[in-house]
Amino acid sequence: MPNLAIQLTDINKNFGSVCANKNVSLTVESGTIHGIVGENGAGKSTLMCVLYGFYHADSGSIAVQEKPIVIRSAHDAIQAGIGMVHQHFMLVDTFTVLENVVLGTESGISLKESLRASAEELKRLEQEYHLEVDINATINTLPVGLQQRVEILKALYRGAEILILDEPTGVLTPQEADHLFRILDELREQGKTVILITHKLREIMAITDYVSVMRQGEMVANRKTSETNREELAELMVGRKVLLRVDKAPAKPGRTVLSVEHLDFKDKSGVNRVKDVSFEVHAGEIVGIAGVSGNGQSELLDTITGINPLQSGKIKINDQTITSDSSVDAAAMRRFGMAHVPEDRQRMGLVTSFAASENIILGYHKDPSYNGLIEMNNDAIYKSCSEQMEHFDVRPGNPYLRVSLFSGGNQQKMVVAREMERNPELLVVGQPTRGVDIGAIEFIHRQIIAMRDADKAVLLVSVELDEIMSLSDRILVMFDGQIMGEVMAKDANESEIGLLMAGVHTEAA
Amino acid sequence: MWNDILLILDGTLRISVPFLLAAMGGIFAERSGVIDFGLEGKMLGGAFVAAAVAHWTQSAWLGLLGSIGIGIIFSMMHGFASVTKQGNQVVSCVAINIFAMGLTVVLANAWFGMGGKTPQLPKEARFLSIELPFAEAMRDIPVIGEIYYELISGHNILVYIAFLAVPITAWVVFKSSFGLHLRATGENPLAVDTTGISVNKTRYQALLFNGILGGMSGAYLSTAHLGFFVKDMSAGKGYLALAAMIVGKWRPYSAMFACLLFSALFAIKDKPEISEMLKGLVPLNLIESFLEMSPYILTVVILAGFVGRAVAPKAIGQPFSKEK
Repeated sequence: MPNLAIQLTDINKNFGSVCANKNVSLTVESGTIHGIVGENGAGKSTLMCVLYGFYHADSGSIAVQEKPIVIRSAHDAIQAGIGMVHQHFMLVDTFTVLENVVLGTESGISLKESLRASAEELKRLEQEYHLEVDINATINTLPVGLQQRVEILKALYRGAEILILDEPTGVLTPQEADHLFRILDELREQGKTVILITHKLREIMAITDYVSVMRQGEMVANRKTSETNREELAELMVGRKVLLRVDKAPAKPGRTVLSVEHLDFKDKSGVNRVKDVSFEVHAGEIVGIAGVSGNGQSELLDTITGINPLQSGKIKINDQTITSDSSVDAAAMRRFGMAHVPEDRQRMGLVTSFAASENIILGYHKDPSYNGLIEMNNDAIYKSCSEQMEHFDVRPGNPYLRVSLFSGGNQQKMVVAREMERNPELLVVGQPTRGVDIGAIEFIHRQIIAMRDADKAVLLVSVELDEIMSLSDRILVMFDGQIMGEVMAKDANESEIGLLMAGVHTEAA
Repeated sequence: MWNDILLILDGTLRISVPFLLAAMGGIFAERSGVIDFGLEGKMLGGAFVAAAVAHWTQSAWLGLLGSIGIGIIFSMMHGFASVTKQGNQVVSCVAINIFAMGLTVVLANAWFGMGGKTPQLPKEARFLSIELPFAEAMRDIPVIGEIYYELISGHNILVYIAFLAVPITAWVVFKSSFGLHLRATGENPLAVDTTGISVNKTRYQALLFNGILGGMSGAYLSTAHLGFFVKDMSAGKGYLALAAMIVGKWRPYSAMFACLLFSALFAIKDKPEISEMLKGLVPLNLIESFLEMSPYILTVVILAGFVGRAVAPKAIGQPFSKEK
C-alpha cells in the first residue's frame, strides 16, 4: 500500500439550499499528480476550498499523510503542509514578490530580518525547482505566467508537501502551460504531491497519474490516467455521450458584412489597447479572434459594438460607414443589423435581479410589439419570452423567474436567445461559453453554426483556444492589441496559434 | 518680515497638530481597508471628554487618557458595524459624526449648564508650553537661535507627540510586520486570508490605533489650544485631516506636508498684514472668506488630479466575507 497524502471521507457542503459537495470521498497518493475534472459548478473548487480550510465542511473527515486532522482555516492547512494556487491569484498587486511570499510568515516586530532571511530561502527554492523570478519586482509588472510562479513559490516557501492548483492554465498561453507542466513534473520528481483541478481534458491526459471525476457535487469515478481516455472522461463529466468535435460543412463566404479598418483604441490612462486593427467578416462565415485574455479583445469588442466610441479608424457594417466623427452607440449598432452577446453575461448581458421576461427584451424594449399605447404589453413580452426559452432549451422555462436563480448555462442561453431571435445580419459573440456546462456549450455551438449556415456573419471572440479552433472558419490572433496573424481554421495547428498568442511571429520562430 | 515668517510658521505648527494626529489615525484605518471619515466625530468626542475629565480631575493627562478612551469607543463602534456586521462604512461614519455632535452638546449642557461649553480650565489642568533647554540663551543668535526659540521650543507636549507620531506611523506602516499585514489587508483581503492571517483582527487592530490618534487630536483642541470645550469645536477639522491624508496618498510624510500646507493657509489668514496685502486684489469683505476657503479649494483641486492621481487602497470600503 503506497503512502496516502490526502484522504477525504464523505465531505458534505451546502450553500443555503444548494448542495455543492455530497458525500465526496477522495484518496490521493503521495508523489503523484492527481487530476480532478468536472464541469463548472461540479464542486471541484468547493472541495479544494474545504481541504484548504477556506470553507468549513458541514460533515465529513480529512486525513493528511494518513493522520486525521481538522482544518479550520488556511493557517491549519498550511501547517499540515498543504499549499494552494488559486484560480484568481491571491497576491497583493502593489507588493513585491518578496513581500508577497513573506506575508503571514514574518517573525518579530520589524520586517527587515524576515525579508532578509526569506530572500535567501527564496533563492534556494528558485534554484531547486527552476522557478526563476525577480524577487524585487512588483506583482502588477509581472506577466500572469510569472505571477503564477510566485504563487507556487509562496506555497513551497511555507513548506507545502501537497500543492493544489485550481484551473491553473486558464490564463496561460499553450507554451506557458507547457512550462507549468514541466514545473509540476519537477515537483513530482522531488516527491511532492500535486492536485490539479481543471475542466480541460487535454491537460488531464498530458500530465496526471490519476484522475477523479466530479459531477453535480458528487464524485462519480476514479481512474488511472493511463487506463482511460478523453471520451470516457467527457462522458463521465456530463453523464451522457458528448461530441467533442463540432461537425460543420465548409463555409461559403459571401458579401462583406463587417469591415474594420485601422481601428485604434486608447483607454482612460492613455494606454493603447487596440493598435491598427483591420479585418473583414463575410456573410456565411465565422471569424474567430483568439488570444490570451487581456490583449485588447475586450476593447475591440466594445468598440465594434458601439459601447466605446470609435476613436480612430473606420467600421463598415451593412453599408453603414462609421468613423470617429459619427456619434454611434450600442443601440445604433443594433439598428444597423448587429446583435451582440457580451463577454460577461452577468455584468453586461443581464440584470440578474430582474425577471427572465424583462431580460429577454433588454435592448429591444422599445420594439412596438412589446409596447402598448402607454404601458408595456406584458402579455406579448411573456409570450415572446416563453417562445425563446423553448427554442433555446432554457430550463426552467419560467418567464417570471429572477435571472439570478438560473444556472450559468441557462443564463447564457437566454442572452444568446435574445440576440439570435432578432435574426441579425451580424452576430458578435464574446466568450460564448465561459462558465457554461458542457451540455449547454454543445447547444450554443450548434446555434452559432446554424446562424452561419443561414448565411449570416459571425464574429467570435474567445480565450478558449479549443472553442475558436472548432467553431471558426478563419482565425485572427490578437496579442498586445495587434492582430498577430491570420490562419485558416482547417489548416491551423495549436502550436502555431499558441506562438502567435505569445506575440511571436511565425516567420521569426 | 523675517519675524513675520517665523510667526506664521510657528502658528502653522500649532494649527497642524489636530490635523496630523487625525490624519495618522486615518492612515491606519484606511490602509487596512476601512473608510474613516468618522475622524470628525472622534475629534469632537475627544475634545469634549478631555475638557470634562480635565475639569473634574484637574489633570490634563487624565483628560488626554479620557479622549483616547472615547476615540477607541467610537472606532470600535465603527468596527463592529462595518467589520463584524459588514455594514456600509460610510453610513457608519456619518452616524458616528452626528452622534458625537449631538451627544457632546447634550452632555455639556446637562453637566455644566453653560450652553454647550465646559468651564475654563485653570493652568494646571492644561497642556502648557514647554521651554526647551537653552532656548532663552540661544534666542539672540541670528537664524539658528531664532528658529530654535520661536519654532522648535515653546510648544506644549502634544505638539511634539503629534510630530513624533508621523515617523512612528511611517515605520509601523512600511517597516513592521504588522504594517505589511495592514497594507495587504487594504489591498487584497482574500490574499491575506489565504495566508492564514485574520482580516478582521487586522482591521480591528488598525482601528485601535485609529481611535487613539483620533481621540488625542480632540484633546489638543480643548486642553492645549483653548482651555475649554465649545459646541462644534472640531468645525470640520476631521474632514480636512481626511482630505490631507488623501492628498498625501495615504503616506504619513506626504500627509504631514499636506497638513502643514493647510495649516499654513489658516495661519496666514490670522495675520492682519496678509489681509492688507490682498486688499487690492480681492474685494475687502471677501478677504477673510477667501482665505478661509482656500484649504478646501486646494483639496478639490488636488483631488481632481492636478497634482498626480491619488490611488486608494484597492479594498477600501469593502467588508470582508469569503462565503458569498
